[in-house]
Amino acid sequence: MSAKETKITTRKEENKKEKGRPGTWQVIAMPLLAVLTGLLVGAIVIVVTDAHVIAAYRNFFRDPLGALGLTFQTIFVAYGALFSGALGSPERIFLGFRQLFTTGEAEGLVRAFWPLSESLVAATPYMLAGLAVAIGFKAGLFNIGAEGQFLMGALGSAWIGYTFHLPWYLHLPLALLGGALAGALWAALPGYLKATTGAHEVVNTIMMNWISFRLSDWLLNGPMKATGYRPITPVIDDTATLPRFFPDPIRLNLGFIVALLAALLVYWLLFKTTFGFEVRAVGTNPDASKYAGINVPRNVVLVMMLSGALAGLGGATQVLGVDHWVGQGFSAGYGFDSIAIALLGKSHPVGVVLSALLWGALRNGATRMQSMAGIPIDIISIIQGLVIVFIAAPVIIRWIYRIRALETEKVVLTRGWGK
Amino acid sequence: MPTVLELQGITKSFPGVLANDHIDLTLEQGEVHALLGENGAGKTTLMNILYGLYKPDEGKIKIKGQEVEIHSPNDAIRQGIGMVHQHFMLVPVMTVTENVMLGVETTRAGLFLDRAAVAGKIREISERYGLQVDPDAYIKDLPVGTQQRVEIIKVLYREADILILDEPTAVLTPQEVEGLFKIIKTLVEKGKSIIFITHKLKEVLAIADRITVLRGGRVVGTVKPQEVTQERLASMMVGRDVSLVVKKQPAKPGEVVLEVKDLHVRDERHNLSVRGVSFEVRAGEVLGVAGVQGNGQTELVYALTGLTPIVSGEIKIAGQTIHKTSPRQILERGVAHIPEDRQKHGLVLSFPIHDNMVLCTYYLPPFANGMVLQEKVIVENANRLAQEFDVRAPSVFIPASSLSGGNQQKVIVAREFSRPIKLLIASQPTRGLDVGSIEYIHNRIIQKRAEGTGVLLVSSELDEIMALSDRIAVMYKGQIVAIIPASRASKEYLGLLMAGIRPSEAAEQAVQAAEEVERVF
Repeated sequence: MSAKETKITTRKEENKKEKGRPGTWQVIAMPLLAVLTGLLVGAIVIVVTDAHVIAAYRNFFRDPLGALGLTFQTIFVAYGALFSGALGSPERIFLGFRQLFTTGEAEGLVRAFWPLSESLVAATPYMLAGLAVAIGFKAGLFNIGAEGQFLMGALGSAWIGYTFHLPWYLHLPLALLGGALAGALWAALPGYLKATTGAHEVVNTIMMNWISFRLSDWLLNGPMKATGYRPITPVIDDTATLPRFFPDPIRLNLGFIVALLAALLVYWLLFKTTFGFEVRAVGTNPDASKYAGINVPRNVVLVMMLSGALAGLGGATQVLGVDHWVGQGFSAGYGFDSIAIALLGKSHPVGVVLSALLWGALRNGATRMQSMAGIPIDIISIIQGLVIVFIAAPVIIRWIYRIRALETEKVVLTRGWGK
Repeated sequence: MPTVLELQGITKSFPGVLANDHIDLTLEQGEVHALLGENGAGKTTLMNILYGLYKPDEGKIKIKGQEVEIHSPNDAIRQGIGMVHQHFMLVPVMTVTENVMLGVETTRAGLFLDRAAVAGKIREISERYGLQVDPDAYIKDLPVGTQQRVEIIKVLYREADILILDEPTAVLTPQEVEGLFKIIKTLVEKGKSIIFITHKLKEVLAIADRITVLRGGRVVGTVKPQEVTQERLASMMVGRDVSLVVKKQPAKPGEVVLEVKDLHVRDERHNLSVRGVSFEVRAGEVLGVAGVQGNGQTELVYALTGLTPIVSGEIKIAGQTIHKTSPRQILERGVAHIPEDRQKHGLVLSFPIHDNMVLCTYYLPPFANGMVLQEKVIVENANRLAQEFDVRAPSVFIPASSLSGGNQQKVIVAREFSRPIKLLIASQPTRGLDVGSIEYIHNRIIQKRAEGTGVLLVSSELDEIMALSDRIAVMYKGQIVAIIPASRASKEYLGLLMAGIRPSEAAEQAVQAAEEVERVF
């Protein structure tokens, strides 16, 4: 046997080498380019749906510069409003600081940071629901039921919030836990069916979504209905609310920290524990996992429950931190958007946090874009949709930006139907 | 004889690899030219260039003296080049005729398939080259050897003069190989020219007129079979001397480590594929299970390792009955398993090497402390094993998918041999590997045997079975037709048993067959 030198490397050296490799930057660049391209195509959509711009192009040959100018002005105004609606206007932040230093009055500054804080508030449920879908993807499970689990989590935490009257240090944790548990149980059933009968989780979680919608309709009109004519739950006790960091109108609350901690926990579970090892093994190769002695069915149920718990926790933070009660149409599609967020974040906890922040900012900024620039809020859905298309079809991005494909690159999302 | 094909200075590089480095090759009319080399030597790249799948960076291709450019398989077919792939490209639910005409459909009035005309032509080709294929048979009903002949017909139907056969014998029984060689001889007699890709030395010597050996993307040499020996070819391929004979001490069988009684197992489609199998394996011996692929060996191994529930019968490992025992419990009783399909069962390809090295033990100390993985220990373990088992990789952090087949298999062997084992179940342990890796893995298995491990070796490679086994069991249609001491086994006898001939008849026929085989090999 020839004594071939096998180099002994440590993780640190390897990381250094990784940075030099073409693959690493692509992992970061591809989602960024997808977002950028989404915004560019979104700009085209904004322009071609704007009556003034179209009118200007009718007269293009008489006044070409006017048409082009209006085009860029429209885009500039729209995205300017989106930006300041999402992150706040730099000018107002500057003025706020000046006011604080000259008069000691903080209100101006607080108001200047209000848009940014609202973006973070909007990002919180996205983060948790996004983590829910991401951990499913890691295990090869496509949990489309985040929406229903989110709703069940909200109802569970609301019920604990208004039924019990306890000191905050018991009440708040109990309400959060109740939300997570409700979501976990709601996801456990499709998980169990998948593990024992092979029934596909996509079908079953969609069914569970519909059941949860109708169940909540009934609960809000019956057992959980507050006195009055509206189908909403009673307002939860103050002891169950997630404390807010700043005075009104800033709604940023402890829920945001809960979401960040959840991301940290998911990261630790996935990459540092035997449980995560099993999840990732089952997710990419269930046959080899079975060979290695991993209990695949048990793993499927556990991951579905964990996924449901995260989605349920998302619903809970929305109730306990922002709304303080649950009404019909509570969720507004958080669970569905979370699929997009998990995709954009490549199912990695850090990626999910970042894409949830982006989603929150876009959603929040869209409101201002509508009021300031008169651009319909639905444009944001189109941009988000485009981003997902570019993420799902990296070939397009590679073609536009002339990026060579990595031979080893392979994103496993689900293992398809049946088997 | 005229030269029909000439490759001059073909060079092709992929990022980081020079797959073909100025390769020259000539093919004469009526010649069988073998292309011999380890996996990764550049055989496949070269043939893909010839077949129009890759564009060479440099070099010329001349066909019958004319320089040609081949941009696609269609170009290749137009130039009279046909390829018979290792993995057949046939539609099982269609007939032979339909498969042959697929893509070049002959029609009547431009609309209706003219099956009869095609079938007629197939009969003609079949007759001419002694292929014996019924055009109306469905592919799914045909044995593997016949399916391969259908692939050859497909190529001939497209009027190829140059046939590229890619590892054609990998899936055949010894008798089928013999049949294929007869066909190849007929083909060259009728003026066809053949490029025969393989890494099997015996076959090359039996069939080739000239042999070109590739190593590391370069031509090591072109030789005639009369001028060389197997040993010489092997060392040309590997670049150093290779021992083709596995050296082993006589077996010292100890206590029974595996006992199987009247085992019945169903396959994935719920067909009873193991029907009443009984045998035992003792510590310090190798029991080889020979048989053509698909005669229940796979399911037998699945049952022994807990991957498939058993229907009836009994399995005892180290004296303890396995009944509804999970794969993990079986592993923990000291069973190592080298799985038949290394990419399906043996590895999580997207995982780095270091995680694959602990695939079965990640939850045990020292690799885990409670539920926390000890990454440092896992990486150290992998570095140590990679060195000990000669895994050639730039580091243990790269995913298993980027390793060659031989190195992937070494990762599995390293992992399975690194824990205390009483029983080794090795299923097709060297399938698709090159000579160097085969030698290495064989020696490791024999080393385990010497340490007192019981070994159950399942292989459809007769050379492997005969080289390693102390006793040989032959499986046919879910049953063990005979268990014989290795000293009494001959290739012909085993081949007949594998084909379902009863042991008494097989013994008689083996003598006759030996003479016939002699002429071919």
